[in-house]
Amino acid sequence: MKRLIKNGRVIDPSSGTDETLDVLLEDGSIARVDKRIQEKSAEVFDATGLIVAPGFIDMHVHLREPGFERKETIASGLAAALAGGFTGVCCMPNTDPVNDCASVTQYVLHKAKGVSPVAVYPVGAITKGLKGEDLAPFAELKEAGVRALSDDGRPVTRSSVMRRALEYAGSLGLLVIDHCEDLDLAEGGVMNEGPVSARLGLRGIPADAEYLPVRRDLALSRLTGQRLHVAHVSTRRAVEAIRAAKKKRIPVTAEATPHHFALTDAACTAFDSNTKMNPPLRDQEDVDGIIEGLADGTIDAIATDHAPHAYEEKFVEFDRAPNGIIGLQTAVSLALDRLVRSDRVSLKRVVDAFACAPARLLGLERKGAIREGMDADLTLFSPRKEFCLQEKDVKSLSRNSPFLGQKLRGAVVATVIAGSVYSVK
Amino acid sequence: MSFSHKDLLGIADLNADEITYILDTAEKMAEVSHRPMKKVPALRGKLVVNLFFETSTRTRSSFEIAEKRLSADTLNFSASASAVQKGESLADTVLNIDRMQPDCYVMRHASPGSCHLIKRLTPAAVVNAGDGAHEHPTQALLDAMTIRQRKGSFKGLQVLICGDIAHSRVVRSNVHLLNKVGAKVTVCGPATLIPPHFESLGVRVTSDFEKALQGKDVVMMLRIQLERQQRGLFPSLLEYYKTFGLTEQRLKLANKEAIVMHPGPMNRGVEIASEVADGPYSVILDQVENGVAVRMAVLYLLLGGGEDEASH
Repeated sequence: MKRLIKNGRVIDPSSGTDETLDVLLEDGSIARVDKRIQEKSAEVFDATGLIVAPGFIDMHVHLREPGFERKETIASGLAAALAGGFTGVCCMPNTDPVNDCASVTQYVLHKAKGVSPVAVYPVGAITKGLKGEDLAPFAELKEAGVRALSDDGRPVTRSSVMRRALEYAGSLGLLVIDHCEDLDLAEGGVMNEGPVSARLGLRGIPADAEYLPVRRDLALSRLTGQRLHVAHVSTRRAVEAIRAAKKKRIPVTAEATPHHFALTDAACTAFDSNTKMNPPLRDQEDVDGIIEGLADGTIDAIATDHAPHAYEEKFVEFDRAPNGIIGLQTAVSLALDRLVRSDRVSLKRVVDAFACAPARLLGLERKGAIREGMDADLTLFSPRKEFCLQEKDVKSLSRNSPFLGQKLRGAVVATVIAGSVYSVK
Repeated sequence: MSFSHKDLLGIADLNADEITYILDTAEKMAEVSHRPMKKVPALRGKLVVNLFFETSTRTRSSFEIAEKRLSADTLNFSASASAVQKGESLADTVLNIDRMQPDCYVMRHASPGSCHLIKRLTPAAVVNAGDGAHEHPTQALLDAMTIRQRKGSFKGLQVLICGDIAHSRVVRSNVHLLNKVGAKVTVCGPATLIPPHFESLGVRVTSDFEKALQGKDVVMMLRIQLERQQRGLFPSLLEYYKTFGLTEQRLKLANKEAIVMHPGPMNRGVEIASEVADGPYSVILDQVENGVAVRMAVLYLLLGGGEDEASH
């Protein structure tokens, strides 16, 4: 089966390509990339006016299965990913049971088989049961298909444990992703500490609750010489610390979420629990810091931290609500609307952050580029098309998003996986 | 002037004219409590539900008395005796009560913004009787009524609020109100009990109590909860009293005609000396009395007691 993606603007930051080209897909791979390809036997997809990018990969998703199928299932989460333009997702291990052994990893991969074309890359736990004490069996997890490790939702509080995790994971080539939070300093806070929390009477979490553990992790990365990936960076100071570390060639990478560049803590004023997340929405200075970090590549990837919660779990008092929002179906539009349209981040950098960087960090050698021989995974989008996510179009089982009904400029048009085209309504 | 709000969630939502209008209405209501027959038919046939998810003596009794003096029917719902203990959510609690057709909820809850949550669920009026450390609008209104009775006007008035600023809903509502009507507010307390960025609310912030007292027309002391000390926010109650306790000696630093206020309940010998609490400049019990009048005014204005009643 051949498919020809015709006349799109192909942007592939991995090779510096940015021109109108045709892409021929054959048997799940990219067969040719060239001007005006004539291929009579191929089914043509007219991509005129669209951007053709390597398939987007979301490094930070909570699929909730096993254990929390009321919030999301692997099937519903992947449907949301497909509709959001993602060809692959990393799913975090804070399920029940925790993904800290091969059998859970295998279960997740088994459940994902056949329900969606979207690839699932399970993230294994750093410590058994996410307890922060004993290392999970990294080699066993790797053999079962894990490419990265994280205790996401919780920090690895003990420095000695984090050091060993970096050393041991590094020897296996696994990426360690840390949720950087000083729980002691955060002291039960429920939103960013600043003028808004002072006004609302909600307990604040200072930016330093992120900055301090980031600094510790950078030191440990330097000490061990091993790769460290900082999850959901939300503060300017953390971005600056990571930028300085990169200059010193410390092997650190980072990601930021769309909500941390699209919203400030002023959004919490209406006490809507869909503005409650961890790390919390920060102030304008931090938002600008995140955007600058994305623009200059200090923050490598955009990841959603898609965190579904059932309606009744979220529809409670703000300080009692669980953290997080869904993000898979709005991420690309938010990036196009808030980063590209305002000219603050180049289109090329945004594509890199969604596609190339995750592929690179996860060691997915056949992903993240548009050239002959690579997997036929593409994300097709229009930076001009209007997008507005309505509740009825949410594919996730949960609806916890502050962006429902919001008009955005820029939309995913189709997700191409293994050569098959899935159009987004 | 008309009052067009459906709810009273916080002082932040009101403007100076509306505040004055509520206070003027409260002054008229005050007289009812001094009649031999302490009741007017203004809210006859209206059902007010008092939803108290936190214990409260003063506020709850004050609201209940206000409701009764306006002839409203009242239902008292306290968390300890309710379905909440069986795990019912706030939303479900309200949705259930709502089918009994109440006209108004008066709610006290530990979570900031909880009134904003229930407002989305009911067509009835919602009056915030204290939501966590966020707002306590009727307290600020009764404080303002008391200040106005003593000082005549708010313009340029120097007000000091001292105590646990971080955990106080009273201070936030008071700051909003006093700023709107033209008073100048300073807040004071141990730095550990003042949230960072509090000055962004438009107040001066200090931990120097004696200096802060100078030139003040109104000194409002806030309750210190023992539990804060247990959490390590200040070293001891004695040290607190020595540093921030309002004594007669210290009160002399304030303006000569300064009044002393406290939203209660007081910890005598912690934030305030007994001689001060019971002294001639203390208006603490006036505050309690005005509480009923202010709550009558708020309920009356929100529940639209009828144009004919409003006109005289």
